[in-house]
Amino acid sequence: MLQAIALGLPLTLLVTVLSLGLGTVLALPLVAGLRSGNRAVWLLTRGIVDLLRGIPPVVWLFILYYGVSLGTLRMSALQAAVLGLGLVSSAYLAEIFRGAIGSVHRGQWEASSALGFRGGTAWGRVIGPQAWRTAIPAYTAYGIGLLKDSSIASTIGVAEIVFFSNQYARQSGEGIMVFFIAAGVYILLSMPLGMLSRHLDTKLRKAVAR
Amino acid sequence: MTGLLPDVATILPTLLGGLQISLTLTFFSLLFGLPLGLLFSFGVTARNRAFRYVSVFFVEVGRGAPALVLLQLMYYGLPNVEITLSSLASACLALVWTTAAYTAELIRGGIQAVPAGEIEGSDALGMSVGDRLRFIEIPQGLRIALPSLMGFAVLLFQATSLAYTVAVPELMSQAYSTGSSTFKYLPAFIAAGMLYAAISVPATWLSVLAEKRLSRHL
Repeated sequence: MLQAIALGLPLTLLVTVLSLGLGTVLALPLVAGLRSGNRAVWLLTRGIVDLLRGIPPVVWLFILYYGVSLGTLRMSALQAAVLGLGLVSSAYLAEIFRGAIGSVHRGQWEASSALGFRGGTAWGRVIGPQAWRTAIPAYTAYGIGLLKDSSIASTIGVAEIVFFSNQYARQSGEGIMVFFIAAGVYILLSMPLGMLSRHLDTKLRKAVAR
Repeated sequence: MTGLLPDVATILPTLLGGLQISLTLTFFSLLFGLPLGLLFSFGVTARNRAFRYVSVFFVEVGRGAPALVLLQLMYYGLPNVEITLSSLASACLALVWTTAAYTAELIRGGIQAVPAGEIEGSDALGMSVGDRLRFIEIPQGLRIALPSLMGFAVLLFQATSLAYTVAVPELMSQAYSTGSSTFKYLPAFIAAGMLYAAISVPATWLSVLAEKRLSRHL
């Protein structure tokens, strides 16, 4: 039983890490769009973000896995899972980043331009680090949520924890234990992440506390 | 790509029955989950040990484990202890658990945000603890928690799509069976996605609106 869960662990972690990475990268253009002064660009980005968040992840996974084909070429289950969860994450993360950037005080922008910083320097050295500090708790909370959402990948056949637990439950007929242990594994996995997040948060808070 | 839109348009109406089951599942999960969440929100800080341990167990497992695991636990696991429920009932039970666990934390946050002056005021008036909870803390705490509870309801509605894995004939499973019988997977899932979005996007706007209105005086 434990073996079944241990077999699934690598893919659970892989799907989580890859889709979080993909989501973070894809979130950046979305944030730019959400902050855009151009009405058309803003509306388009808003629509994309709302649609990505408004449709359940499992539907995105099914659309990508069963629905999308280029000629005879189809995505593997892992590719579809990472792309689907990455797309959904990008929308949620874009909202988190947007809020964090908005929380940086206006004076910081004014001070950057008063010091003659160009856009790149202002973002990289002044606004970015402060916004990132605000975003960390929400970002890690989303990461923990994504760890749990990675279980959805089992529905299209990615061999992660729930996939193996399900297989074991069907074969042995002992569903109750295997799913309780699976639940325990998810809780155990999210605990160090939560601790890391709190640690980073207090450390960064201390750095700016006066 | 030709014929995608007409296909979606033909499939869409056939999925409405599934949408109704998704909404029913959401409704019953909230109906039973919210009162339980309120109970657990007091349970996790209760002085009575048994009550506290039970609450902490349900809240931590309900939040820590994926909804998908809870669904399968109820469906494949409960028969081990001689309880066999229909797929709809077991899905409902799992989602009630999820709802209770998440809303317990949201409600607790709301109640803790009730200004301390309100509590002092009720003490000064000589209110009993029960009256204070009933007239001061719970109504104001729920009001503060309302936007986040609405946000959770949207996520719960989306989570009902996972009930297809335990054979509940809801929207997702109807889309899947349409897709596999006609091989029109893409139009079927696009139609399902549109129906999910048609409910959850406006509902999200509503929760943002509620948040703005309720924080108007802050």
